[in-house]
Amino acid sequence: MVVYNLYIFNRNGQCLFYREWLRRRPGTMTQEEEFKLMNGFMHSIKSFVQRLSPQDLKDGFVSFKTNCYKLNYYETATGLKFVLNTDNNVGNIRDILHQLYSTIFVNYIVKNPSCSATDIINTEQEIFIEKLDEFISNLSIFAQTNKA
Amino acid sequence: MSRTNVKQNLDARRVTQELFTLTYGAFVAQILNDYEHVDEVNKQLDKIGYNIGVRLIDDFLARNPNVGRCHDLRETADVLAKQGFKTYLGISPSITNWSPAGDEFSLLLDGNPLTEFVELPEGQGQKLSYNQMICGAIRGALEMVQLEVECRFVQDQLKGDNATELRVKFLKKLEDALPVGED
Repeated sequence: MVVYNLYIFNRNGQCLFYREWLRRRPGTMTQEEEFKLMNGFMHSIKSFVQRLSPQDLKDGFVSFKTNCYKLNYYETATGLKFVLNTDNNVGNIRDILHQLYSTIFVNYIVKNPSCSATDIINTEQEIFIEKLDEFISNLSIFAQTNKA
Repeated sequence: MSRTNVKQNLDARRVTQELFTLTYGAFVAQILNDYEHVDEVNKQLDKIGYNIGVRLIDDFLARNPNVGRCHDLRETADVLAKQGFKTYLGISPSITNWSPAGDEFSLLLDGNPLTEFVELPEGQGQKLSYNQMICGAIRGALEMVQLEVECRFVQDQLKGDNATELRVKFLKKLEDALPVGED
């Protein structure tokens, strides 16, 4: 199983952070456009899912699958949005995304006085990126294909 | 204290309450020295609290994965008093004095760890809102979950009142920013 890439958006829809571990095909648009599109799409699918639901939703939109990848979504009460693309053999990884938020993002961004939790995370935040890579590569869903 | 002991304490991520109380006291005393007017000191404490609050909320949510979005202010008050205060100050204030409209409530603090060894200075110092940082932190934390509130102390044991009462007033719900071109 494979982990492709990760987007983190803040409450205002700004992309705070992007990282890819495996992406064989380059995007067809600029990165900025891609972030905008992703955020807009997440917003739309969230409200779509809510409106069509026959009963009250607990978590709302969680993930979708295509024939070659799965998009996993996690949103905190503070409006941070985590989007993790994996291959589609991955099950429900809500807990993993919460862990990513609580042990990596909170510890190395929120608790770091030199960076603001609402601004773009620049490449100087080496420790965050290092811990994130470590976290992702230790996941059971991150296997051979990624490392090859 | 032996080395292993020190390590154990660090692992539990705890400091003694006394150290915490004295640190906060030293901190307030320093700000009192730095600013001429007590009003300005209160403002600074509130601002520092606010900056703490906007970060603290993420730590709170990380520790309490089961806390989701609250449906009404009563639920918010409950989480704030029973989980928020419990986690960060080790006390659980009681929730009282709801306004008839249900948009304002009081938290009664019994035994505030911050004020353990405190006596307000004479004169101007009597106007000091020693715990103002708590107000700022609540305001900051709730703002991050889209609730704009006003927060102030209406009674303070340090000023000779019978209780320490913190009043929280709901102002409005903040809306998510929509992506450009959406409605």
